[in-house]
Amino acid sequence: MDEIDEIVQEFLVESHENLDQLDRDLVALEREPDSRDLLGSIFRTIHTIKGTSGFLAFGNLESVTHVGENLLARLRDGKMSMTPQTTDVLLAMVDTVRELLAAIEAQGTEGSVDVTAVVQRISSILDGTTTPDPEPTAVAEVVPGLPAEPVAEPVEEVVARRNVADSSIRVDVELLDTLMRLVGELVLTRNQIVRQAGEQEGLELVRSAQRLNLIATELQEGVMSTRMQPIDHLWSKLPRVVRDLGATCGKQVSLAMVGRETELDRSLLESVKDPLTHLVRNAVDHGLESPEDRVAAGKPAEGVLTLRAYHEGGQVVVEVCDDGAGIDPERIAAKAIDKGLRTAAQLAQLAPTDVLQLIFLPGFSTAAAVTNVSGRGVGMDVVKTNIESIGGTIEVESVVGRGTTCRLRIPLTLAIVPALTVECAGDRYAIPQVSLLELVALDADRAATAVEDVNGASVYRLRGALLPLVRLTDVLGVESDRSDGHVLIAVLHAEGKRFGLVIDRVLSTEEIVVKPLGARLKALGTYSGATILGDGRVALILDVQALARRALTAEALERGAASAVAETQRATGEHLRMLVAGIGGGRRVAIPLSSVTRLENIAASSVELVGSREVVQYRGAILPLLRLDRHLGAISERDGDDLVVVVYSAGSRSVAIVVDEIIDIVDEEADVHSDVDDHGLLGSALIRDRIVEVLDVRAAILAADPKFYTAPELEAGLHDQLQQAV
Amino acid sequence: MVTFTLAGHLYGVDVDAVQEVLRGLPRTRIPLAPGGLAGLINLRGQVLSAVDLRAQLDLPSRDADQEPMLVVIRVAGEPVALLVDTIGSVVDVDADQFEPPPDTLSGTSREVLLGTYKLEHQLLLALDVERAVAA
Repeated sequence: MDEIDEIVQEFLVESHENLDQLDRDLVALEREPDSRDLLGSIFRTIHTIKGTSGFLAFGNLESVTHVGENLLARLRDGKMSMTPQTTDVLLAMVDTVRELLAAIEAQGTEGSVDVTAVVQRISSILDGTTTPDPEPTAVAEVVPGLPAEPVAEPVEEVVARRNVADSSIRVDVELLDTLMRLVGELVLTRNQIVRQAGEQEGLELVRSAQRLNLIATELQEGVMSTRMQPIDHLWSKLPRVVRDLGATCGKQVSLAMVGRETELDRSLLESVKDPLTHLVRNAVDHGLESPEDRVAAGKPAEGVLTLRAYHEGGQVVVEVCDDGAGIDPERIAAKAIDKGLRTAAQLAQLAPTDVLQLIFLPGFSTAAAVTNVSGRGVGMDVVKTNIESIGGTIEVESVVGRGTTCRLRIPLTLAIVPALTVECAGDRYAIPQVSLLELVALDADRAATAVEDVNGASVYRLRGALLPLVRLTDVLGVESDRSDGHVLIAVLHAEGKRFGLVIDRVLSTEEIVVKPLGARLKALGTYSGATILGDGRVALILDVQALARRALTAEALERGAASAVAETQRATGEHLRMLVAGIGGGRRVAIPLSSVTRLENIAASSVELVGSREVVQYRGAILPLLRLDRHLGAISERDGDDLVVVVYSAGSRSVAIVVDEIIDIVDEEADVHSDVDDHGLLGSALIRDRIVEVLDVRAAILAADPKFYTAPELEAGLHDQLQQAV
Repeated sequence: MVTFTLAGHLYGVDVDAVQEVLRGLPRTRIPLAPGGLAGLINLRGQVLSAVDLRAQLDLPSRDADQEPMLVVIRVAGEPVALLVDTIGSVVDVDADQFEPPPDTLSGTSREVLLGTYKLEHQLLLALDVERAVAA
C-alpha cells in the first residue's frame, strides 16, 4: 500500500490532468454537440487512459474506458449523435474512472470499485437497444466507492499523503533553466560580497555575508535538485532490453539494479541514455556466455548483469557489471596489432588494464562476428566520445573468467562546476577540478634540479614516475611574470594521460558558473568557456582535454617523434622484473627479465665469425651474438678477455646479447615512457632514481638474427612471453 | 545614428543596433585569439567579447593611457562590445546625405563601411556592424 510504483504515480498525475480536461470538454460538447475537435480530444484522452491502464493491468479501469472509447469512436465518426443521455453516461464514466484512480492512489489496487453498472449503461447505448432512463441509481451505486473496505483507513491515508496530483506540478523546463541561470548569477554575486566582506572590518557585514553564503548555497542546491532526476528513469527501460536481448542471444540473464534513486541532472540523463544502453547490450551480447558454457565453467546458468549507481566525489558513477567470461587482454592486444592500431612493442609496455582500454579506440570491435545486436557501427569509441563530451570518463575492468565492469563517471551538472583558479602571466584561468589530480609546488632550488629534460621535453619526477610538463605560457604564447624560479605544477588528467601544467600562481578553489563562449573563441580549442570571478572579472576556463591533445602531441611532434609513438605517449605503471645492464658511456639499459634465460661469462676468444656475423658456441648450439653497445650506438668501456652475455631464448632459438656489466635486477614499479623515440629503445624508465633506457628486445634480436621470429609458433611463443612480461 | 570617434574620424552605427554605452570595464585578454578580439568583459553577469574597432579597421592602436569606451551592440541576437575612442551623440541622418564609400577606398575599411553621410561640418562613416565584428 505504501509503495506506489513510480510509473503508476506518473500515470495518476497525468490521468488527473486529463480528466479535468475531459470534464471541460464534455460540458463544452453539450453546447456544441457536433464538434469533431472536442470529440476527438475526448476520445484521445480516454484512449490514453485505456492504453496505460491495460499496460499496468488495471482491468476494471481498462474495461470502463474500453466501452467508453467505443462509444466515443462512434460519436466521433458521426455514427451516433450526442444526446443528453450520452453526455450523462459519459460523465458517469469519467466519475467512475476518477474513483478507480483514487482507489489506485490509496491502495495501489483498483479496490472494489464496481464498474459493471457503468459498463452496462454504455453498452446499452452502444447496442442502441434501449435508451433507458438515466437510471439515477446507477450513479448512486457507483459513488459510494469502496463499500466493503474498512473505509476510514484508506481515506486517512489519502489525506495524509496528499493527492498525488496536488503535490506535484509540471514546470516548463525553460523556466527551470532560467532559475538555474539566475541562481548562477546569485552565486557569483555572493562570491563577490563574501570576498569584499572579508576585506572589511565591520562584523555586521561579515555576518550578513555568511548568512547570504549559506542561503545562496542552499538555494543553489534546491534549484539544482529540481533538475535532478533519478537514474531509474533510464534504467526502467533496460529490463525489457535485457530480456529481449537475452532471448535473442539465447542467454539467461537476471538484471540487478543498485542505487536506482541516484540522481543526476536531466540534461545529462539524456546524454547518458545511449551510451548506457550500448554498454548493457554489449554486456549481454559479448560479456555473458551461453548457459552451457557457464555451467561448464562452474557458474550458474543464469548470468547476472548488475547496474550500480552512486555518488562519489561530486560525480555520479554508473557501473555496468557482468559476471561473464571477461575480456582477455591478450585477445585485445592481438586484435590491436591485427588492426594496425598499435605495434607489439607499444603493447609490450602497457599494463593489462591499459590494454583493455584499447577497446575504446576508434576502429576497434572485439565482436568476432557481427551480430544483429552489436557491431552495427556504434562502437565503444562512440560511447567514449559521448561520455567525454559531457565531461565524463569511462574505464573498463575485467577479470578473465569472472566478468567485466564498465565504469562511467559523470559530472552531477554542467552549469556550476568546482574549479581551481590559477594565474599565468597576470591573467586568471579556471581549471575544472574534475581534471585536477594534485598540485606540486617547487621552490627555486628544487625546481632547478627536479625538472629534468628528456630530449628537450621537460619532465618532473613525481614520486618516481616521470610526468611530462606543459608550460601554460608556452601553450598560450604569453610571457610568464614569475622570475623567482619557483615552479608550480598542476597535475592534470585528461584523455587517459597525465601531465603537469606549469602555472605562475595558484589562487583558490571556487564554484564557477560556466558561461558559453562565442563560436570564434570555441574554435581556438583552448577554452571550454568563461566564468565571472568573485571580483567581477572574467576568467577563461581551460579546456584540459583539448590542452592535453594539443600540447602533448604537438610537443612530441616537435621532437620529431613518430606520430604513432606520440599517440601512445602515456605514463603507465608497470610491474616487471628488469635486468639492468651497463653498456658503456654511463648508459644503462633495462631488459625485461622474462626475456632472459641465462647470464654467462664467456671467453672473448670463443667468438667466431660466420660470414659477417659473430657467433658463439654455447651448450652445443650456435648462438648469434649481439653487441648491445654497437646496437645502441654506445662505446663499450670493458676491456678484458671475457664477455658478459645475456642469453635470450624463444623456442629452439637463442641469441646472446653482449653487455658491459650486469648492474642489478630490479623488481619494482617502473613507469615506462614511450616518448624517447630512439632506435632500438622502447622508452625510458626511472629505476632506483636513475633514468634507464628500456631495450626493444624484438628489434635487438632481429638485429642479431633476422630469422629469429620467422617460425610462426615462435612468434606466438614470444607473444606469450611479452604478455607475461607486462 | 549613434556616433563615436576612432583616430579622429567620426563613425556611426544604427541606433537600433545599440544596446548601451559604457565606460571602460575591466577586460580579460584572450591569448591565442585573433587580433580584433580585445578580450572578454562582464556585463551584469553576461560574458561579452570586446572587439577593438581600431584593429578591425587597420587603424593605429590607441595610446596606452587612453581609456576606450564601450558600445554594446546586438549582432545576430548576441551582444558584442565595440571598443571606441570617444562617444559622440545621436544624430538624425537623411537618406539624401548618403553616398557609397569613395572608389579610392580599399582594404578592410571598404568592407566594413556602408558608406558616408555628408554632415554639415564633417563626414560620418556608417559602419556595417556585422562585418565589422566578423572581419
